[in-house]
Amino acid sequence: MTRRLIVSRRGLIASASAGLGGLLLEGCDRLSRAPSFQHLLGSAEGLTYRAQRLLQLDQPLAPEFSPRDISPVFKLNGSIQPGAPAYKALVADNFASFRLTVGGLVAHPLQATLAQLKALPSRTQITRHDCVEGWSAIGQWTGAPLGPLLSAAGLMPGARYIVFHCADELAPGAPYYESIDLIDAFHPQTILAYALNGAPLEVGHGAPIRLRVERQLGYKQAKFVMGVEAVDRLDNIQGGKGGFWEDRGYEWYAGI
Amino acid sequence: MSASEATIPAAPPAARVRRPREVIYRHSLVVRVTHWINVLLISLLITSGAQIFNAHPRLYWGAYGADADKPIFEMGAWNGPNGRLVGRTSIGPLTFDTTGVFGVSNGPGGGQEVRGFPSWLTVPSWRDLAIGRRWHFFLAWLFVANGLIYLVFGFLSGHFGRDIAPGRDQIRPRHIRASVSDHIRLKHPTGEEAKRYNILQKLAYLAIIFLVLPLMVATGLTMSPGIDAVAPWLLTLFGGRQSARAIHFICANLIVFFVLVHVIEVFLAGVVNEIGSMITGRYAVPPDHP
Repeated sequence: MTRRLIVSRRGLIASASAGLGGLLLEGCDRLSRAPSFQHLLGSAEGLTYRAQRLLQLDQPLAPEFSPRDISPVFKLNGSIQPGAPAYKALVADNFASFRLTVGGLVAHPLQATLAQLKALPSRTQITRHDCVEGWSAIGQWTGAPLGPLLSAAGLMPGARYIVFHCADELAPGAPYYESIDLIDAFHPQTILAYALNGAPLEVGHGAPIRLRVERQLGYKQAKFVMGVEAVDRLDNIQGGKGGFWEDRGYEWYAGI
Repeated sequence: MSASEATIPAAPPAARVRRPREVIYRHSLVVRVTHWINVLLISLLITSGAQIFNAHPRLYWGAYGADADKPIFEMGAWNGPNGRLVGRTSIGPLTFDTTGVFGVSNGPGGGQEVRGFPSWLTVPSWRDLAIGRRWHFFLAWLFVANGLIYLVFGFLSGHFGRDIAPGRDQIRPRHIRASVSDHIRLKHPTGEEAKRYNILQKLAYLAIIFLVLPLMVATGLTMSPGIDAVAPWLLTLFGGRQSARAIHFICANLIVFFVLVHVIEVFLAGVVNEIGSMITGRYAVPPDHP
Protein backbone atom coordinates (compact mmCIF):
# COMPACT_ATOMS: atom_id res chain seq x y z
CA MET A 1 0.00 0.00 0.00
CA THR A 2 1.46 3.30 -0.99
CA ARG A 3 0.21 6.75 -0.30
CA ARG A 4 1.62 9.48 -2.38
CA LEU A 5 1.85 12.94 -1.04
CA ILE A 6 0.84 15.17 -3.88
CA VAL A 7 1.89 18.75 -3.55
CA SER A 8 0.76 20.80 -6.49
CA ARG A 9 2.64 23.87 -7.54
CA ARG A 10 -0.52 25.89 -7.02
CA GLY A 11 -1.08 24.50 -3.55
CA LEU A 12 2.52 25.15 -2.67
CA ILE A 13 2.31 28.76 -3.76
CA ALA A 14 -1.04 29.23 -1.99
CA SER A 15 0.26 27.88 1.30
CA ALA A 16 3.50 29.80 0.88
CA SER A 17 1.48 33.01 0.45
CA ALA A 18 -0.63 32.24 3.52
CA GLY A 19 2.53 31.50 5.47
CA LEU A 20 4.07 34.70 4.19
CA GLY A 21 1.00 36.61 5.37
CA GLY A 22 1.33 35.06 8.80
CA LEU A 23 5.04 35.86 8.90
CA LEU A 24 4.28 39.42 7.82
CA LEU A 25 1.88 39.96 10.73
CA GLU A 26 4.26 38.20 13.15
CA GLY A 27 7.04 40.47 11.86
CA CYS A 28 4.81 43.50 12.36
CA ASP A 29 4.24 42.50 15.98
CA ARG A 30 8.00 42.35 16.49
CA LEU A 31 8.46 45.73 14.82
CA SER A 32 5.62 47.13 16.95
CA ARG A 33 7.62 46.17 20.04
CA ALA A 34 10.92 47.63 18.80
CA PRO A 35 11.42 51.19 20.08
CA SER A 36 13.74 52.08 17.19
CA PHE A 37 11.16 51.04 14.62
CA GLN A 38 8.42 52.89 16.47
CA HIS A 39 10.68 55.93 16.34
CA LEU A 40 10.94 55.50 12.56
CA LEU A 41 7.15 55.22 12.22
CA GLY A 42 6.82 58.29 14.44
CA SER A 43 8.87 60.31 11.97
CA ALA A 44 5.72 60.64 9.86
CA GLU A 45 4.25 62.83 12.59
CA GLY A 46 6.78 65.59 11.87
CA LEU A 47 5.96 65.39 8.18
CA THR A 48 2.22 65.54 8.86
CA TYR A 49 2.70 68.47 11.27
CA ARG A 50 4.78 70.47 8.79
CA ALA A 51 2.50 69.67 5.86
CA GLN A 52 -0.63 70.69 7.75
CA ARG A 53 0.95 73.85 9.13
CA LEU A 54 2.02 74.75 5.60
CA LEU A 55 -1.53 74.27 4.32
CA GLN A 56 -2.85 76.25 7.29
CA LEU A 57 -0.65 79.32 6.70
CA ASP A 58 -3.65 81.65 6.55
CA GLN A 59 -4.92 80.20 9.85
CA PRO A 60 -8.22 78.79 8.56
CA LEU A 61 -10.96 78.12 11.09
CA ALA A 62 -12.22 74.65 11.89
CA PRO A 63 -15.69 74.18 10.35
CA GLU A 64 -18.47 75.61 12.49
CA PHE A 65 -21.97 74.18 12.49
CA SER A 66 -25.51 75.41 13.04
CA PRO A 67 -27.49 74.78 16.24
CA ARG A 68 -29.54 72.07 14.53
CA ASP A 69 -26.33 70.04 13.92
CA ILE A 70 -25.60 69.68 17.65
CA SER A 71 -25.32 66.07 18.90
CA PRO A 72 -28.32 65.11 21.06
CA VAL A 73 -25.88 63.56 23.53
CA PHE A 74 -22.30 64.80 23.86
CA LYS A 75 -20.40 61.68 24.90
CA LEU A 76 -18.61 61.81 28.24
CA ASN A 77 -15.11 60.42 27.95
CA GLY A 78 -11.81 60.27 29.80
CA SER A 79 -12.00 61.49 33.41
CA ILE A 80 -15.57 62.34 34.28
CA GLN A 81 -15.32 62.66 38.05
CA PRO A 82 -11.88 63.72 39.35
CA GLY A 83 -11.35 62.37 42.84
CA ALA A 84 -8.71 64.77 44.18
CA PRO A 85 -9.90 66.43 47.44
CA ALA A 86 -8.81 69.87 46.19
CA TYR A 87 -10.97 69.46 43.11
CA LYS A 88 -13.92 68.14 45.14
CA ALA A 89 -13.65 71.25 47.30
CA LEU A 90 -13.85 73.39 44.16
CA VAL A 91 -17.01 71.57 43.06
CA ALA A 92 -18.48 71.97 46.55
CA ASP A 93 -18.18 75.77 46.45
CA ASN A 94 -19.28 75.89 42.81
CA PHE A 95 -15.78 76.97 41.71
CA ALA A 96 -15.95 80.26 43.65
CA SER A 97 -12.42 79.64 44.95
CA PHE A 98 -11.12 78.50 41.55
CA ARG A 99 -8.10 80.44 40.31
CA LEU A 100 -6.72 79.80 36.86
CA THR A 101 -3.00 80.47 36.91
CA VAL A 102 -1.10 81.70 33.86
CA GLY A 103 2.62 81.37 34.44
CA GLY A 104 5.91 80.02 33.21
CA LEU A 105 7.78 82.07 30.61
CA VAL A 106 5.57 85.14 30.93
CA ALA A 107 6.43 88.67 32.01
CA HIS A 108 3.35 89.06 34.22
CA PRO A 109 2.08 85.82 35.77
CA LEU A 110 -1.59 86.16 36.52
CA GLN A 111 -4.51 84.50 38.22
CA ALA A 112 -8.12 84.68 37.19
CA THR A 113 -11.34 83.65 38.90
CA LEU A 114 -14.08 81.99 36.89
CA ALA A 115 -16.09 85.21 37.09
CA GLN A 116 -13.14 87.19 35.72
CA LEU A 117 -12.74 84.73 32.82
CA LYS A 118 -16.45 85.00 32.05
CA ALA A 119 -16.17 88.79 32.06
CA LEU A 120 -13.54 88.70 29.31
CA PRO A 121 -14.63 89.06 25.67
CA SER A 122 -15.90 85.59 24.75
CA ARG A 123 -16.21 83.44 21.69
CA THR A 124 -19.03 80.99 21.02
CA GLN A 125 -18.49 78.27 18.44
CA ILE A 126 -20.39 75.16 17.37
CA THR A 127 -17.66 72.69 16.48
CA ARG A 128 -17.07 69.00 16.01
CA HIS A 129 -15.14 67.08 18.65
CA ASP A 130 -13.27 64.13 17.15
CA CYS A 131 -12.07 61.44 19.51
CA VAL A 132 -8.91 59.58 18.52
CA GLU A 133 -11.03 56.42 18.79
CA GLY A 134 -13.09 57.50 15.81
CA TRP A 135 -16.37 58.96 17.11
CA SER A 136 -17.45 62.60 16.77
CA ALA A 137 -19.82 64.85 18.70
CA ILE A 138 -20.92 68.39 17.86
CA GLY A 139 -21.39 70.94 20.61
CA GLN A 140 -21.54 74.66 21.21
CA TRP A 141 -18.65 75.94 23.25
CA THR A 142 -18.34 79.37 24.89
CA GLY A 143 -15.15 80.59 26.41
CA ALA A 144 -12.37 83.14 26.64
CA PRO A 145 -9.94 83.10 23.72
CA LEU A 146 -6.51 81.99 24.93
CA GLY A 147 -4.46 84.37 22.74
CA PRO A 148 -5.45 87.66 24.44
CA LEU A 149 -4.92 86.07 27.86
CA LEU A 150 -1.38 85.06 26.88
CA SER A 151 -0.75 88.52 25.44
CA ALA A 152 -1.90 90.08 28.71
CA ALA A 153 0.55 87.86 30.59
CA GLY A 154 3.27 88.79 28.09
CA LEU A 155 4.99 85.75 26.58
CA MET A 156 8.76 85.85 26.89
CA PRO A 157 10.81 85.32 23.71
CA GLY A 158 11.86 81.80 24.72
CA ALA A 159 8.29 80.50 25.00
CA ARG A 160 7.52 77.84 22.40
CA TYR A 161 4.69 75.79 23.85
CA ILE A 162 1.70 76.35 26.10
CA VAL A 163 1.13 73.58 28.65
CA PHE A 164 -2.19 72.96 30.37
CA HIS A 165 -2.14 71.40 33.81
CA CYS A 166 -5.32 69.64 34.86
CA ALA A 167 -7.02 68.57 38.09
CA ASP A 168 -7.67 64.98 37.04
CA GLU A 169 -5.50 61.90 37.16
CA LEU A 170 -6.40 59.45 34.39
CA ALA A 171 -3.69 57.13 35.75
CA PRO A 172 -2.62 57.08 39.42
CA GLY A 173 0.07 59.68 40.07
CA ALA A 174 -0.12 61.11 36.57
CA PRO A 175 -2.11 64.35 36.41
CA TYR A 176 -3.58 64.96 32.98
CA TYR A 177 -1.75 67.58 31.00
CA GLU A 178 -1.55 68.72 27.42
CA SER A 179 0.48 71.11 25.29
CA ILE A 180 0.09 73.00 22.04
CA ASP A 181 2.32 75.16 19.90
CA LEU A 182 1.97 78.95 19.69
CA ILE A 183 0.22 78.71 16.32
CA ASP A 184 -2.70 76.92 17.92
CA ALA A 185 -2.40 78.93 21.14
CA PHE A 186 -3.11 82.14 19.24
CA HIS A 187 -5.66 80.62 16.85
CA PRO A 188 -8.96 82.51 17.20
CA GLN A 189 -10.93 79.32 17.94
CA THR A 190 -8.60 78.25 20.74
CA ILE A 191 -10.61 79.08 23.84
CA LEU A 192 -10.78 78.26 27.53
CA ALA A 193 -14.37 77.06 27.46
CA TYR A 194 -16.65 77.43 30.48
CA ALA A 195 -19.98 76.60 28.79
CA LEU A 196 -21.27 73.77 26.61
CA ASN A 197 -24.54 74.12 24.70
CA GLY A 198 -25.39 77.30 26.61
CA ALA A 199 -25.06 75.78 30.09
CA PRO A 200 -22.14 76.03 32.52
CA LEU A 201 -19.66 73.25 31.84
CA GLU A 202 -20.59 70.12 33.80
CA VAL A 203 -18.01 68.23 35.82
CA GLY A 204 -18.13 65.35 33.32
CA HIS A 205 -17.14 67.70 30.53
CA GLY A 206 -14.25 69.30 32.43
CA ALA A 207 -15.66 72.00 34.74
CA PRO A 208 -14.80 74.71 35.28
CA ILE A 209 -12.54 75.11 32.23
CA ARG A 210 -11.91 72.94 29.22
CA LEU A 211 -9.43 73.81 26.51
CA ARG A 212 -10.77 73.80 22.95
CA VAL A 213 -8.17 73.41 20.18
CA GLU A 214 -10.57 72.85 17.33
CA ARG A 215 -8.16 71.64 14.66
CA GLN A 216 -6.93 68.72 16.73
CA LEU A 217 -8.34 65.51 18.22
CA GLY A 218 -10.20 65.08 21.49
CA TYR A 219 -7.28 64.20 23.75
CA LYS A 220 -5.82 67.68 23.15
CA GLN A 221 -9.03 69.23 24.57
CA ALA A 222 -7.79 69.14 28.17
CA LYS A 223 -10.50 69.13 30.83
CA PHE A 224 -10.37 70.55 34.39
CA VAL A 225 -7.67 73.07 33.39
CA MET A 226 -6.12 74.61 36.50
CA GLY A 227 -2.94 76.14 35.15
CA VAL A 228 -1.61 77.49 31.88
CA GLU A 229 2.17 77.52 31.57
CA ALA A 230 4.39 78.90 28.82
CA VAL A 231 7.50 76.76 28.35
CA ASP A 232 10.47 76.47 26.02
CA ARG A 233 10.59 72.66 26.09
CA LEU A 234 8.41 69.67 26.90
CA ASP A 235 10.96 66.97 27.66
CA ASN A 236 11.22 67.90 31.33
CA ILE A 237 7.50 67.59 32.09
CA GLN A 238 6.17 64.18 33.25
CA GLY A 239 6.91 61.61 30.49
CA GLY A 240 8.44 64.32 28.33
CA LYS A 241 6.21 63.88 25.29
CA GLY A 242 3.94 66.87 25.87
CA GLY A 243 0.80 65.24 27.21
CA PHE A 244 -0.82 62.41 29.14
CA TRP A 245 -1.66 60.37 26.04
CA GLU A 246 1.49 61.46 24.23
CA ASP A 247 3.48 59.89 27.10
CA ARG A 248 1.54 56.69 26.31
CA GLY A 249 2.42 56.53 22.62
CA TYR A 250 -0.02 58.89 20.93
CA GLU A 251 1.12 61.68 18.60
CA TRP A 252 1.76 65.11 20.04
CA TYR A 253 0.37 66.66 16.87
CA ALA A 254 -3.19 65.37 16.76
CA GLY A 255 -4.41 67.20 13.68
CA ILE A 256 -4.93 63.84 12.01
CA MET B 1 6.75 -0.25 -52.19
CA SER B 2 10.01 1.67 -52.61
CA ALA B 3 12.81 1.71 -50.12
CA SER B 4 12.62 5.45 -49.66
CA GLU B 5 9.05 5.27 -48.51
CA ALA B 6 9.95 2.93 -45.73
CA THR B 7 12.60 5.28 -44.32
CA ILE B 8 10.22 8.21 -43.83
CA PRO B 9 9.60 8.37 -40.10
CA ALA B 10 6.02 8.49 -38.96
CA ALA B 11 4.91 12.05 -38.20
CA PRO B 12 4.34 12.56 -34.51
CA PRO B 13 0.80 13.46 -33.47
CA ALA B 14 0.22 17.22 -33.74
CA ALA B 15 -0.57 17.57 -30.04
CA ARG B 16 2.84 16.35 -29.07
CA VAL B 17 4.58 19.21 -30.85
CA ARG B 18 5.97 21.58 -28.29
CA ARG B 19 5.98 24.87 -30.07
CA PRO B 20 7.93 27.58 -28.26
CA ARG B 21 5.52 29.87 -26.42
CA GLU B 22 5.44 33.47 -27.50
CA VAL B 23 6.83 35.67 -24.72
CA ILE B 24 5.96 39.37 -24.54
CA TYR B 25 7.24 42.14 -22.32
CA ARG B 26 4.12 42.96 -20.39
CA HIS B 27 4.94 45.00 -17.27
CA SER B 28 7.38 47.89 -17.22
CA LEU B 29 9.82 48.24 -14.34
CA VAL B 30 7.89 51.13 -12.73
CA VAL B 31 4.63 49.14 -12.80
CA ARG B 32 6.32 46.09 -11.28
CA VAL B 33 8.09 47.99 -8.52
CA THR B 34 5.10 50.15 -7.57
CA HIS B 35 2.87 47.05 -7.69
CA TRP B 36 4.89 45.10 -5.15
CA ILE B 37 5.39 48.13 -2.92
CA ASN B 38 1.62 48.52 -3.01
CA VAL B 39 1.11 44.88 -2.03
CA LEU B 40 3.11 45.50 1.13
CA LEU B 41 1.66 48.96 1.87
CA ILE B 42 -1.98 48.01 1.29
CA SER B 43 -1.65 44.82 3.37
CA LEU B 44 -0.33 46.86 6.26
CA LEU B 45 -2.70 49.80 5.75
CA ILE B 46 -5.70 47.47 5.83
CA THR B 47 -4.51 45.63 8.94
CA SER B 48 -3.43 48.76 10.83
CA GLY B 49 -6.72 50.33 9.72
CA ALA B 50 -8.56 47.37 11.25
CA GLN B 51 -6.68 48.08 14.48
CA ILE B 52 -7.85 51.72 14.38
CA PHE B 53 -11.42 50.64 13.59
CA ASN B 54 -11.38 48.36 16.63
CA ALA B 55 -11.04 51.40 18.92
CA HIS B 56 -14.65 52.25 18.03
CA PRO B 57 -16.12 49.43 15.92
CA ARG B 58 -19.22 51.36 14.84
CA LEU B 59 -19.92 53.46 11.76
CA TYR B 60 -22.36 56.33 11.38
CA TRP B 61 -23.71 58.46 8.59
CA GLY B 62 -23.47 62.24 8.85
CA ALA B 63 -21.29 64.80 10.61
CA TYR B 64 -21.30 63.26 14.08
CA GLY B 65 -21.77 59.86 15.69
CA ALA B 66 -20.94 58.35 19.08
CA ASP B 67 -22.33 55.80 21.54
CA ALA B 68 -25.76 57.38 21.87
CA ASP B 69 -26.24 57.76 18.13
CA LYS B 70 -27.63 55.10 15.82
CA PRO B 71 -24.90 53.26 13.91
CA ILE B 72 -25.25 51.99 10.34
CA PHE B 73 -22.70 49.26 11.00
CA GLU B 74 -21.43 47.71 14.16
CA MET B 75 -19.27 44.89 15.46
CA GLY B 76 -20.40 44.39 19.00
CA ALA B 77 -20.42 41.94 21.90
CA TRP B 78 -23.31 40.84 24.04
CA ASN B 79 -23.70 38.53 27.00
CA GLY B 80 -25.29 35.38 25.63
CA PRO B 81 -26.79 32.46 27.53
CA ASN B 82 -24.56 30.75 30.15
CA GLY B 83 -22.56 33.97 30.47
CA ARG B 84 -20.96 33.33 27.11
CA LEU B 85 -19.91 36.32 25.04
CA VAL B 86 -21.59 36.58 21.67
CA GLY B 87 -20.06 38.56 18.83
CA ARG B 88 -22.59 40.31 16.63
CA THR B 89 -22.15 42.24 13.43
CA SER B 90 -24.94 44.56 12.33
CA ILE B 91 -25.31 46.04 8.88
CA GLY B 92 -28.26 48.41 8.93
CA PRO B 93 -31.24 46.37 10.20
CA LEU B 94 -29.50 43.00 9.69
CA THR B 95 -27.64 41.33 12.53
CA PHE B 96 -25.41 38.28 12.27
CA ASP B 97 -23.80 36.11 14.93
CA THR B 98 -20.09 36.43 14.16
CA THR B 99 -18.64 35.01 17.38
CA GLY B 100 -15.05 33.94 16.87
CA VAL B 101 -14.38 36.34 14.00
CA PHE B 102 -16.03 39.75 14.45
CA GLY B 103 -17.09 41.29 17.74
CA VAL B 104 -15.73 38.52 19.94
CA SER B 105 -12.67 36.44 19.12
CA ASN B 106 -9.58 34.93 20.66
CA GLY B 107 -6.94 37.53 21.41
CA PRO B 108 -3.20 37.11 20.78
CA GLY B 109 -2.94 35.51 24.23
CA GLY B 110 -5.58 32.91 23.34
CA GLY B 111 -8.38 34.09 25.64
CA GLN B 112 -11.71 35.37 24.36
CA GLU B 113 -11.73 39.13 23.83
CA VAL B 114 -14.24 41.77 22.88
CA ARG B 115 -12.76 43.18 19.69
CA GLY B 116 -14.08 44.20 16.27
CA PHE B 117 -11.64 42.49 13.93
CA PRO B 118 -9.77 39.40 15.19
CA SER B 119 -6.13 39.60 16.21
CA TRP B 120 -4.94 37.84 13.04
CA LEU B 121 -6.30 40.73 10.97
CA THR B 122 -4.82 43.61 12.96
CA VAL B 123 -1.41 45.25 13.25
CA PRO B 124 -0.30 44.93 15.95
CA SER B 125 -2.18 41.76 16.93
CA TRP B 126 -2.90 43.07 20.45
CA ARG B 127 -5.14 46.06 21.02
CA ASP B 128 -3.05 49.22 20.66
CA LEU B 129 -4.61 52.20 18.94
CA ALA B 130 -1.49 54.40 19.31
CA ILE B 131 0.77 51.93 17.50
CA GLY B 132 -1.90 51.19 14.90
CA ARG B 133 -2.11 54.90 14.12
CA ARG B 134 1.67 55.19 13.87
CA TRP B 135 1.78 52.39 11.30
CA HIS B 136 -1.20 53.77 9.41
CA PHE B 137 -0.05 57.37 9.04
CA PHE B 138 3.55 56.42 8.23
CA LEU B 139 2.38 53.99 5.54
CA ALA B 140 -0.20 56.47 4.23
CA TRP B 141 2.57 58.88 3.25
CA LEU B 142 4.42 56.08 1.44
CA PHE B 143 1.19 54.97 -0.22
CA VAL B 144 0.53 58.48 -1.54
CA ALA B 145 4.13 58.82 -2.77
CA ASN B 146 4.06 55.39 -4.44
CA GLY B 147 0.66 56.12 -5.96
CA LEU B 148 1.78 59.48 -7.34
CA ILE B 149 4.85 57.91 -8.95
CA TYR B 150 2.60 55.30 -10.57
CA LEU B 151 0.01 57.86 -11.73
CA VAL B 152 2.58 60.25 -13.23
CA PHE B 153 4.32 57.34 -14.93
CA GLY B 154 1.03 55.90 -16.11
CA PHE B 155 0.02 59.07 -17.89
CA LEU B 156 3.45 60.07 -19.23
CA SER B 157 4.50 56.64 -20.48
CA GLY B 158 1.17 55.94 -22.12
CA HIS B 159 0.60 52.96 -19.80
CA PHE B 160 -2.96 54.05 -19.02
CA GLY B 161 -3.89 54.76 -22.63
CA ARG B 162 -2.23 51.61 -23.96
CA ASP B 163 -2.88 49.02 -21.27
CA ILE B 164 -5.73 50.16 -19.02
CA ALA B 165 -8.11 52.16 -21.23
CA PRO B 166 -10.65 49.80 -22.84
CA GLY B 167 -10.23 49.38 -26.60
CA ARG B 168 -13.00 50.62 -28.85
CA ASP B 169 -13.99 47.04 -29.68
CA GLN B 170 -13.99 46.08 -26.00
CA ILE B 171 -16.76 48.45 -24.98
CA ARG B 172 -19.33 46.96 -27.33
CA PRO B 173 -22.13 45.29 -25.30
CA ARG B 174 -21.64 42.03 -27.20
CA HIS B 175 -17.95 41.94 -26.26
CA ILE B 176 -18.71 42.72 -22.63
CA ARG B 177 -21.37 39.98 -22.53
CA ALA B 178 -18.91 37.52 -24.01
CA SER B 179 -16.29 38.49 -21.42
CA VAL B 180 -18.79 38.09 -18.57
CA SER B 181 -19.67 34.63 -19.90
CA ASP B 182 -15.96 33.74 -20.18
CA HIS B 183 -15.42 34.80 -16.57
CA ILE B 184 -18.35 32.71 -15.36
CA ARG B 185 -16.91 29.68 -17.16
CA LEU B 186 -13.44 30.56 -15.78
CA LYS B 187 -12.20 30.72 -19.36
CA HIS B 188 -9.23 32.97 -19.99
CA PRO B 189 -8.27 34.67 -23.25
CA THR B 190 -5.57 33.07 -25.35
CA GLY B 191 -3.40 34.11 -28.28
CA GLU B 192 -3.76 37.71 -29.45
CA GLU B 193 -6.54 38.44 -26.92
CA ALA B 194 -4.26 37.40 -24.06
CA LYS B 195 -1.81 40.15 -24.99
CA ARG B 196 -4.13 42.77 -23.57
CA TYR B 197 -6.25 42.92 -20.43
CA ASN B 198 -9.82 41.77 -20.86
CA ILE B 199 -12.60 44.31 -20.51
CA LEU B 200 -13.75 43.33 -17.00
CA GLN B 201 -10.16 43.35 -15.86
CA LYS B 202 -9.66 46.83 -17.31
CA LEU B 203 -12.85 48.12 -15.68
CA ALA B 204 -11.76 46.67 -12.33
CA TYR B 205 -8.33 48.30 -12.63
CA LEU B 206 -9.87 51.62 -13.68
CA ALA B 207 -12.25 51.56 -10.71
CA ILE B 208 -9.48 50.73 -8.24
CA ILE B 209 -6.87 53.13 -9.64
CA PHE B 210 -9.07 56.14 -10.32
CA LEU B 211 -11.98 55.74 -7.92
CA VAL B 212 -11.46 53.50 -4.89
CA LEU B 213 -7.84 54.31 -4.01
CA PRO B 214 -8.26 58.10 -4.49
CA LEU B 215 -11.48 57.90 -2.41
CA MET B 216 -9.47 56.12 0.25
CA VAL B 217 -6.98 59.01 0.42
CA ALA B 218 -9.68 61.71 0.24
CA THR B 219 -11.90 60.17 2.94
CA GLY B 220 -8.83 59.56 5.08
CA LEU B 221 -7.92 63.23 4.84
CA THR B 222 -11.52 64.21 5.61
CA MET B 223 -11.22 62.49 8.98
CA SER B 224 -8.34 64.85 9.87
CA PRO B 225 -9.61 67.89 11.82
CA GLY B 226 -6.52 69.80 10.62
CA ILE B 227 -7.38 69.15 6.98
CA ASP B 228 -11.07 69.94 7.54
CA ALA B 229 -10.04 73.49 8.47
CA VAL B 230 -8.12 73.82 5.19
CA ALA B 231 -10.60 72.02 2.93
CA PRO B 232 -14.09 72.08 4.47
CA TRP B 233 -15.47 71.20 1.03
CA LEU B 234 -14.32 67.63 1.68
CA LEU B 235 -16.95 67.42 4.43
CA THR B 236 -19.59 68.69 2.01
CA LEU B 237 -18.45 66.20 -0.61
CA PHE B 238 -18.71 63.17 1.67
CA GLY B 239 -21.61 64.31 3.84
CA GLY B 240 -19.66 64.80 7.07
CA ARG B 241 -16.75 63.28 8.94
CA GLN B 242 -18.57 60.17 10.11
CA SER B 243 -19.84 59.53 6.56
CA ALA B 244 -16.26 59.89 5.34
CA ARG B 245 -15.20 57.33 7.95
CA ALA B 246 -17.92 54.96 6.72
CA ILE B 247 -16.87 55.45 3.08
CA HIS B 248 -13.23 54.87 4.10
CA PHE B 249 -14.30 51.56 5.64
CA ILE B 250 -16.46 50.55 2.66
CA CYS B 251 -13.61 51.34 0.24
CA ALA B 252 -11.21 49.28 2.39
CA ASN B 253 -13.60 46.36 1.98
CA LEU B 254 -13.80 46.98 -1.76
CA ILE B 255 -10.01 46.84 -1.90
CA VAL B 256 -10.00 43.53 0.00
CA PHE B 257 -12.66 42.20 -2.38
CA PHE B 258 -10.64 43.39 -5.39
CA VAL B 259 -7.48 41.75 -4.06
CA LEU B 260 -9.31 38.45 -3.45
CA VAL B 261 -10.69 38.35 -6.99
CA HIS B 262 -7.35 39.54 -8.39
CA VAL B 263 -5.44 36.76 -6.60
CA ILE B 264 -8.02 34.11 -7.54
CA GLU B 265 -7.74 35.19 -11.18
CA VAL B 266 -3.96 34.98 -10.97
CA PHE B 267 -4.26 31.37 -9.81
CA LEU B 268 -6.85 30.52 -12.46
CA ALA B 269 -4.88 32.15 -15.27
CA GLY B 270 -1.62 30.43 -14.36
CA VAL B 271 0.05 31.44 -11.17
CA VAL B 272 3.68 31.00 -12.23
CA ASN B 273 3.30 32.88 -15.49
CA GLU B 274 1.22 35.67 -13.90
CA ILE B 275 3.35 36.26 -10.81
CA GLY B 276 6.50 35.72 -12.87
CA SER B 277 5.45 38.43 -15.30
CA MET B 278 4.94 40.88 -12.44
CA ILE B 279 8.49 40.10 -11.30
CA THR B 280 10.42 39.84 -14.58
CA GLY B 281 8.04 41.72 -16.84
CA ARG B 282 7.95 38.81 -19.31
CA TYR B 283 4.68 37.04 -19.94
CA ALA B 284 4.23 33.81 -21.89
CA VAL B 285 1.17 34.21 -24.09
CA PRO B 286 -1.18 31.25 -23.66
CA PRO B 287 -1.49 29.69 -27.14
CA ASP B 288 -4.84 29.52 -28.91
CA HIS B 289 -4.71 25.73 -29.25
CA PRO B 290 -2.96 24.07 -26.36
